[in-house]
Amino acid sequence: MNQNAYLVVAALLFAIGAIGLLVRRNPLVMFMCVELMLNAVNLTFVSFSRTLNDVGGQVIVFFVMVVAAAEVVVGLGIIMAIMRRRPGANADDLTMLRG
Amino acid sequence: MLAVTPVEYGVWAVASAICLMGALGVVLLPNPIHNALSLVATLFGVAVLFVSQQAYFLAVIQVIVYAGAIVVLFLFVIMLLGVDQADGLGRERQVWRRPAAIVIGAGLAVLVLVGVLAATTEVTGKHSVVGKLRPVRDVQSIGEALFTRYVYAFEITAVLLTIAVIGAVVLSRRPPGEAIDLDELPPLPSDAWDEDDRDGDEVVTDSAEVADA
Repeated sequence: MNQNAYLVVAALLFAIGAIGLLVRRNPLVMFMCVELMLNAVNLTFVSFSRTLNDVGGQVIVFFVMVVAAAEVVVGLGIIMAIMRRRPGANADDLTMLRG
Repeated sequence: MLAVTPVEYGVWAVASAICLMGALGVVLLPNPIHNALSLVATLFGVAVLFVSQQAYFLAVIQVIVYAGAIVVLFLFVIMLLGVDQADGLGRERQVWRRPAAIVIGAGLAVLVLVGVLAATTEVTGKHSVVGKLRPVRDVQSIGEALFTRYVYAFEITAVLLTIAVIGAVVLSRRPPGEAIDLDELPPLPSDAWDEDDRDGDEVVTDSAEVADA
């Protein structure tokens, strides 16, 4: 076992998150699947950071976490605004947001 | 360089199992609350994997920010919106969508796994470009990189967080003076029940009056 083991876990995590994002229709759960994918990418970054003995990977994970937090705040605000107007809406009901 | 001990192997196995089970829980469980709690399991598993790779600072941040703040935010919103709308994997408007999604996701997994497993064990790339890892003092290493090489990115991050906070406030407050239009809201089940009950009472009183007459 070498670093590839961590990369395999990260790849599986990313794929599960992607499938969830495509399959689920509840906007909140879709958001959670996006978090799963971000975590998979973070794990890959840390793994390569250790392999290359470089702190840059860990710094980028720090930035990814900050951006994910900001994204969750704004995204949940949008979901709240939509749900207040149309209770029980799912992603299929919101196709008028399509450009 | 990367000596792997049986302990690390065991930690990897357990934490990976927790991660993947939690991820499957997020995707498969019908109740949003259970999805959020499965997400906590996954985030803890990822934090353990960070620790086993000597990224201690990131593991702490992972637990505090993700499991502590973001998941609590999710739970707040779920509770606020009501959890009675558990839809799960139940309905899909077009039949081809779910197989297509699974094929796309599985193809993605196969692609990445082939890329990872077919790679040589030597990672090609320049080592220690930004700075060497110092496993015990990783906070110092990250801080030095953050405030020298990545200082502009750090400042932009501060602006981004400010914009996110302002955006959340703007999105979540009602415009002043705009009243709630009650006609647009669907009737609550309790209202309908009260109405039926009242009708029933009236019928009873009517029949009683008829009997008196």
